[in-house]
Amino acid sequence: MSKNDVNNVSEAASPLVRTEDEELLTGWGRTAPSMAFVREPDNIEDVQTAIVHAGARGVLARGLGRSYGDAAQSGGATVLRMPSMNTFTLDPVTATVTADAGASLDEILTSIVPRGFFVPVTPGTRMVTVGGAIAADIHGKNHHVDGSFGSHVTSLTLIDGTGAIRTLSPTDMLNSNEFWATVGGMGLTGVIVQATFNVIPIETALMSVDTERGANLDELMGKMIDADARYRYSVAWIDSVSTAGRGVITSGEHATLDQLPAAKRSTALVYDPKVVATAPKFIPGGLINKLSMRAFNEAWFRKHPKSRAGDIHSIAAFFHPLDGVQEWNRVYGPAGFLQYQFVVPDSAGHVIGEALARLRAVGAPSFLTVLKRFGPANPAPLSFPEKGWTLAMDIPTGVAGLATTLDGLDELVAEAGGRLYLAKDSRQSPEMFRRTYPRLAQWQEVRSSMDPHGVFTSDLARRLQL
Amino acid sequence: MIDALGDPQSVLVLGGSSEIALATVKALPRNRINRVVLAGRASAGLASAVEELTSSGIKGVVTAEFDATNTASHERIIDEIFDAGDIDIVILAFGMLGDQMEFESDPNLAVQIATTNYTGAVSSGLHVARRLRQQGHGSLVVISSVAGDRARRSNYVYGSTKAGLDAFAQGLGDALQGSGAHVLVVRPGMVRTRMSAGLPEAPMTTDAPDVAKAIIVGLRKGKHTIYAPGNLRYLMGVVKTVPRPIFRKLPS
Repeated sequence: MSKNDVNNVSEAASPLVRTEDEELLTGWGRTAPSMAFVREPDNIEDVQTAIVHAGARGVLARGLGRSYGDAAQSGGATVLRMPSMNTFTLDPVTATVTADAGASLDEILTSIVPRGFFVPVTPGTRMVTVGGAIAADIHGKNHHVDGSFGSHVTSLTLIDGTGAIRTLSPTDMLNSNEFWATVGGMGLTGVIVQATFNVIPIETALMSVDTERGANLDELMGKMIDADARYRYSVAWIDSVSTAGRGVITSGEHATLDQLPAAKRSTALVYDPKVVATAPKFIPGGLINKLSMRAFNEAWFRKHPKSRAGDIHSIAAFFHPLDGVQEWNRVYGPAGFLQYQFVVPDSAGHVIGEALARLRAVGAPSFLTVLKRFGPANPAPLSFPEKGWTLAMDIPTGVAGLATTLDGLDELVAEAGGRLYLAKDSRQSPEMFRRTYPRLAQWQEVRSSMDPHGVFTSDLARRLQL
Repeated sequence: MIDALGDPQSVLVLGGSSEIALATVKALPRNRINRVVLAGRASAGLASAVEELTSSGIKGVVTAEFDATNTASHERIIDEIFDAGDIDIVILAFGMLGDQMEFESDPNLAVQIATTNYTGAVSSGLHVARRLRQQGHGSLVVISSVAGDRARRSNYVYGSTKAGLDAFAQGLGDALQGSGAHVLVVRPGMVRTRMSAGLPEAPMTTDAPDVAKAIIVGLRKGKHTIYAPGNLRYLMGVVKTVPRPIFRKLPS
């Protein structure tokens, strides 16, 4: 093990003296930290050892910490980070990648894009691991066409709560229940160590992008339904300050070779995502306020043309614009922020407007308000996406009255038959969670067979009584 | 677990019928609270504290038998409470005021409050700190007093127990710094409670709900020490510099 040998846990004389491997962990929103013993296993045997020697506070795997809330932290536990378990291979014949759980989509894209392949699903950041992508069952701009990440996994290897290696597959009758409990299972069924997933062929490393503005929410939602029928990728940004709910729809396809000018075709698969800046180490609170938010939203809306077709953008610009600024989560200041993301069925589209109005009313400014349509759900009991509308909003936690407003929105979402995304959640109540994930009992049954001694837990699991 | 908005799910009160502690529990955001353990000696006061919290709509209020002076039992009691689930906020609130004149005529009485206010707090505080550190998160709120800032003729036995408690709590906070667990030392001035009933009111006397509000703001901001009311910090800054010959002559 590169960081600390699990067999070499020193028994400090005083229970209050700190040890070297302790680390305060938070999610991407930088709220509610807890201390854990972080270890970095080099191989499967190290992972097994950590599980077999787990202390009373258990074990949890953590990827790159992009979950906003408390999903990838566990107070007092052993947290396994796997940056050195990151090898992967592309099989161009079957169009599959077999990757260690610690490999990031960033590392994988850098290798496979120049060879003419793309990951089946990418979220708004490429800084996520394969293990995390499966555990959160992440979705992207193509959900309405391709579903979530778990739907593209053909097999995965996991170490269960007894330290045993299990190979799970969605098509194997003997373990498909365990497979689907792991997809979206937030790391609570075991430590994923490897997975094989399908990748898609691309001709170029570029995107052909169409942009359309919507003057109000109804127009925007109407245009989105229309866009979804025509594009593989689509998403709308909403001006959270505007009472009309205006916004910009960005839709796209992987550009084909013949869409490029002849001179650019020889370099069509060159992939070069750049980090343009890093947020400063300390940013005071209150920088994000109503005024700065109004200015940003206005500028962002104006920046986009009313309607334009066939722009050529890079993969990074289309899928991962925020990865251009490292540690952008610091802009919200020391108090941190949260992301509120829910899904409601198509029939409950009115919840979108209501949610925007209520957050505007308490002056909860959001840079990033993103609206997207989901396609059908997959069989995973805790997977978030289901057919309908999903809205995601970044909100600084310092906003007065936020807790009550969000509890009210929870009620609205639950009544409409919707739910919140666990990878974003940092504050829903256990009651809200149980009510909106009706297949929880089914998942718990499979989980207790995979982890009979309750080794795997997280702050999120404790908070939601998972 | 405390959530992203700072709302706790579980609270332990050591000294379960303390008015300041109960006011604090009542003032906490209660949407997420599902467990409140009131630890104290079985008494009518403890039973009515449960009733008071439950009838104000707080869920999961239970009691635990706890005697600050029975330090041998602290480890078992505190372990049992934490074994049943993580505690987000512990309020160490037990303490007695006593009567300075009685202490001088019967030092055994002085030993009793020293044992409760100081020895009992050191013992239970260390056990709580060990468990907060093990769970990797949580806050310990220690109810100290401005009486510990400067000894006074009228209550120096009580004041000395609070001075000891305060120093202990500060050091404990430093020991836990960076561990995910946190100690908040609260120095109220005179608070209108059962304990102070019948005493002449000092300047800046407050009520338990005001202290509770200050505690909640202090917790949210991650403060190490707060005065209640906040302005007492400056008054005590002055009080501490007054030369003793003059201080002795000030009205108590």
